[in-house]
Amino acid sequence: MDFVTWATSPWGENVLVRISWDLFWAALVGGVLFLIAHGGYMLFSPHHKRESGEVDRMERERAGLPARIERHSFVARIFHWVMAFAMLALVFTSFLPVIGVKFAWVYWHWMAGILLTGSIIFHIIHATFFMDFWSIWVGPKDIPEAKAEMMREFGIDAPGPKPGKYPLGNRLYHLAVLVAGLGAIASGLLMMSRIRTPIFERNPYLMGDAAYGLTYVVHGLTGVGFVGLIIAHIYFALRPEKFWITKSMIFGTISKREYLEHHDPDRWVASK
Amino acid sequence: MPAAIRDVMPAFELFQPTSVADTLGLLERHGGDAWVMAGGLDTFDWLKDRIRKPRVVVDLSAVAELRGIKDAGGGIEIGAMTTLTEVSTNALVKERFGLLAEAAGLVASPQIRNQGTMGGNVSQDARCWYYRAGWPCYRAGGNICYADTPTSVNREHAIFDADRCVAVNPSDTAPALIALDAQMVIRRGGSEMVVPAQDFFVGPGVDITRLTMLQPGDLLTAVRIPGTWAGKQYYFEKVRDRQVWDFALVNVASAINASGNTISEARLVVNGVAARPYRLEAVEALVRGKARDEQTAEQAGELAVQGALPLRHNAYKVPLMKALVKRAIRGAGEWTS
Repeated sequence: MDFVTWATSPWGENVLVRISWDLFWAALVGGVLFLIAHGGYMLFSPHHKRESGEVDRMERERAGLPARIERHSFVARIFHWVMAFAMLALVFTSFLPVIGVKFAWVYWHWMAGILLTGSIIFHIIHATFFMDFWSIWVGPKDIPEAKAEMMREFGIDAPGPKPGKYPLGNRLYHLAVLVAGLGAIASGLLMMSRIRTPIFERNPYLMGDAAYGLTYVVHGLTGVGFVGLIIAHIYFALRPEKFWITKSMIFGTISKREYLEHHDPDRWVASK
Repeated sequence: MPAAIRDVMPAFELFQPTSVADTLGLLERHGGDAWVMAGGLDTFDWLKDRIRKPRVVVDLSAVAELRGIKDAGGGIEIGAMTTLTEVSTNALVKERFGLLAEAAGLVASPQIRNQGTMGGNVSQDARCWYYRAGWPCYRAGGNICYADTPTSVNREHAIFDADRCVAVNPSDTAPALIALDAQMVIRRGGSEMVVPAQDFFVGPGVDITRLTMLQPGDLLTAVRIPGTWAGKQYYFEKVRDRQVWDFALVNVASAINASGNTISEARLVVNGVAARPYRLEAVEALVRGKARDEQTAEQAGELAVQGALPLRHNAYKVPLMKALVKRAIRGAGEWTS
């Protein structure tokens, strides 16, 4: 299996061209194998929510909580679905031709890329000024939660902290999407200098061959990365024990009981 | 700038099947490793330049069933290995489809037409010299078009539908076949596919490494031309730098069905301006029902070049194409047929 493809430039130099499409198949197969492995594991895995007796007690203690608790604002949901649409359009327009579905994909691909870029810029502003910015980030402070979650994965009722607004898996996924997304956007914008669009004046010599080669490789790696990430995301969104999170991304709210079952009310203080 | 042609080709395994069935078997067995050779005029450039190094070459010259021109119920069927000389001189082709005879007769030079084939002419690869020199451009699987930079020599390149690559389709017979609503017969393994000529050619947006829809394992066996446009008013004109042995800078093929001086239906195709023969459907719609006169020709020419995006050195193609379309509509006083 090749990882990248090389070419000899007119000046006799070996330059990177792009990733090998073998990596796309590797990401696709890897994603599917992960689904099978995780799905099999989950058949035997214990549930991670709080014991019902403890939740009953917490409900009594927090009688003032509303019946429905807002998890995602309308604006945040719109952003999520616009971004999801753009991501899916990007992945399909880039990889359908690789698997033999031929169509004029470049135009749709860069249009979707612009939509993604716009939505990400909006999200950065929105998250910075109108959301709890740090609630999605992971850092050393999350190590106790990671340990506790790991123990719970193995069926041990660990006493460690429950998640705040976002489960650790959510936050790690966000981090992966952030790295891959910014890599894809930055490399994609540079690649647009080599195609005709009404947005930039075409300049194929903006960078040297080696720099363009690296840019194409970064774009390809982030692209195949997204294949795996999207497979995992859709899989988790459809898993029965996670479906309450998916519904909250559609309708915006979760029930009081879901809030208390899955979250630490002290780390995510629900608005009343 | 063109690569130096060397004397010794890279080694390959040569197969010379004598039947279509054997050919298809070989193509199926060797897949992407096999190179299909018709007249060899495109092939030997690639091989002698050592740009392409196929493991297997399948030479079709001994496949008799791929040769010949047959009457097909008012239309004709031309075997893919029929030479361009045969196409241009065949009585049936001249009688029914003078447009194709004219186009085939203007390909390159007599020697090349004696060797070059119908199938090879429509399937030949792009002639962009950056690509033919083996530079790692988009069409060669790279990530740049060397012909579309501020300093490129791109006098012969595309003015329409460039999508990263700006190479053009070099065929003379292709626009004539599309104007005549021909169909391409393609076989793969045990299946046969009949594709309109217009869909046989693909642009870089759809597949940047090919000019046609032929994939490894595919064999173009014949071209069928239905009788629909037989004996209509045709016009073909090819403009090139020298009058023999040259590719078209721009060529135009038209088939017009006229009642008196009124155009009832028309098909117009221009080549040398895009990576696939450029059918002018808007122009066809414009001229339908109009008189075949100077005014209609002028309007057609104006409309034909709308949306053209010339490169640094090929803006001349815009007025050239406009003039050719005008002449195709107006006619030069006498039709090809």
